[in-house]
Amino acid sequence: MDPNDIFPAIFNFEDYGQLLPLVTNSLIAGAALGLVGGLIGTFVMLRDLAFAVHGIAELSFAGAAFALLVGANVIFGSLAGSVIAAVILGFMGKRARDRNSSIGVIMPFGLGLGILFLSLYEGRSANKFGLLTGQIVSVDTVQVNLMLICSAVVIAALLAIWRPLTFASADPELAVARGVPAGKLSVVFMVLLGLAVALSIQIVGALLVLALVITPAAAAMRVTASPRLVVLLSVLFATGSVLGGILLALGGRIPISPYVTTISFLIYVACRIIGSRRTGYGRTGGQAARNAVTAS
Amino acid sequence: MSEAEPEQAATTAAAAVAGTSAGAAAVTARAAAIELRRAGLSYGDRVLWENLDLSVAPGEFLAVLGPNGSGKTSLLRVLLGLQPLTTGTALIAGQRVRTGSRHIGYIPQQKAFRAGSPLRARDLVGLGLDGHRWGIRLRGRAFRQRVDELLEVVGASAYADVPVGMLSGGEQQRLRAAQALATDPQVLLCDEPLLSLDLHHQQAVSALIDGQRRRSGTAVVFVTHEINPIIDYVDRVLYLAGGQFRVGTPEEVMTTEVLSDMYGTRVRVIRNEGRLVVVGLPDATTHEHGQHEGDED
Repeated sequence: MDPNDIFPAIFNFEDYGQLLPLVTNSLIAGAALGLVGGLIGTFVMLRDLAFAVHGIAELSFAGAAFALLVGANVIFGSLAGSVIAAVILGFMGKRARDRNSSIGVIMPFGLGLGILFLSLYEGRSANKFGLLTGQIVSVDTVQVNLMLICSAVVIAALLAIWRPLTFASADPELAVARGVPAGKLSVVFMVLLGLAVALSIQIVGALLVLALVITPAAAAMRVTASPRLVVLLSVLFATGSVLGGILLALGGRIPISPYVTTISFLIYVACRIIGSRRTGYGRTGGQAARNAVTAS
Repeated sequence: MSEAEPEQAATTAAAAVAGTSAGAAAVTARAAAIELRRAGLSYGDRVLWENLDLSVAPGEFLAVLGPNGSGKTSLLRVLLGLQPLTTGTALIAGQRVRTGSRHIGYIPQQKAFRAGSPLRARDLVGLGLDGHRWGIRLRGRAFRQRVDELLEVVGASAYADVPVGMLSGGEQQRLRAAQALATDPQVLLCDEPLLSLDLHHQQAVSALIDGQRRRSGTAVVFVTHEINPIIDYVDRVLYLAGGQFRVGTPEEVMTTEVLSDMYGTRVRVIRNEGRLVVVGLPDATTHEHGQHEGDED
């Protein structure tokens, strides 16, 4: 490719006004997914489940690939794959070490299955690639509705278990002593996480789910310790990354995921820089630094 | 017995000013805070203790001592409703034990929080207050006020907005105390709360626990392997060892004769300026810091 062609391939804003209405569905779906990713990401960080998210994503990919092969709804396929993975992980080992090894076992198996199904599939190759690296720009109304319903379910359930889940995640020993059903909450949370991952795959693809579920929350935690502010920023970052990614990807010829992951990454880097300036805040910096932390 | 749950905020505030004697006198009329009747606990054919009859009065400070694996932590788990007794019954404030009782405050062993935990000191205390409830927290001012009050009681107001991961072990244990007091409990269960704290914080945290039982008549069950930091506060000792137990004042239980009898070997107890030194324990690791008895479950 001529180097002069690369830039227009990535950034191209010709006919932008005419293109925009075509992605209204995608923007709606993207906003919902940003909200889901930002919310659930804070718990993923709190429960140290980043690796599990990756594992779930690979099985979700296998489910979606199978759906593609047999001509079923791809979203249903990926939902089924990730919920199965999430439930298995939810029951397997409470300790991070046990869990990580089971994820390490499940993940390549899921990816292998997915590749098998895709090799057998004889349809458009863009569909195959899309499952791994993201697609969204061609989301139809039926799919958007399905994604919105799933997002609403995840958000509602998350709000219902918010406090005991926070308690059980941050302080499991005391939570159990206070009668919080930590084991059941863990399984419920994994199912919700499975749903969220399956939804995110529709936008950024199986390989890049972490950019939507981990990075925004991790970035938020770099700049504040206030739980409310972490959630707010995490949602803001996730939604900003998805919507920004869709809008930037519109004119170019490149899939949406590089845009989303790059924005998400840049936000994280910025937060790290801001956060590093406040290391030891509230402890060594005296009252001024403490006030900075309190401002929430 | 009916659920007598007083208006919490008012009671604690009142108790905080009332001082020591009035509160203690008022509660002696109530039923025993903790009652064990012919309680026994065994894992398989290993008997930790059996036929344990024990009644702890409101405001009483009971220290639970014994070597690793003697069932100290298991006793707390029984009282928390997390571990069923093999035989007998256990009552808290006249009711059978159950999980999540508001009558119980619990201070676990100090365990460091991860540095990046998105939780400030006040959030941790807040979870102790209502973390077990469903949904998100909607009440604003009354809740904040109560958290501030609790932070004040344990002397943690200065670092209320500091992330918990940045606090020292001693500071974190103060927050644990605040959490445990959040529901104004009738019973305070402490599982080696002084472990890995320096001397200064050991004194501060144990004085805090003593203050609570004097002010509000809270019964204290204090599991420890080291009686000296709390020896001035302890009313009675429950000593568990070798499948047996002894209950009594420290003077009655912590003697060369009693401990030698329980361990079945010559153990010497030396008293020096109000402190106790136990020499010749068969399980040499018992009195070493950093050990805990999580393995027995």
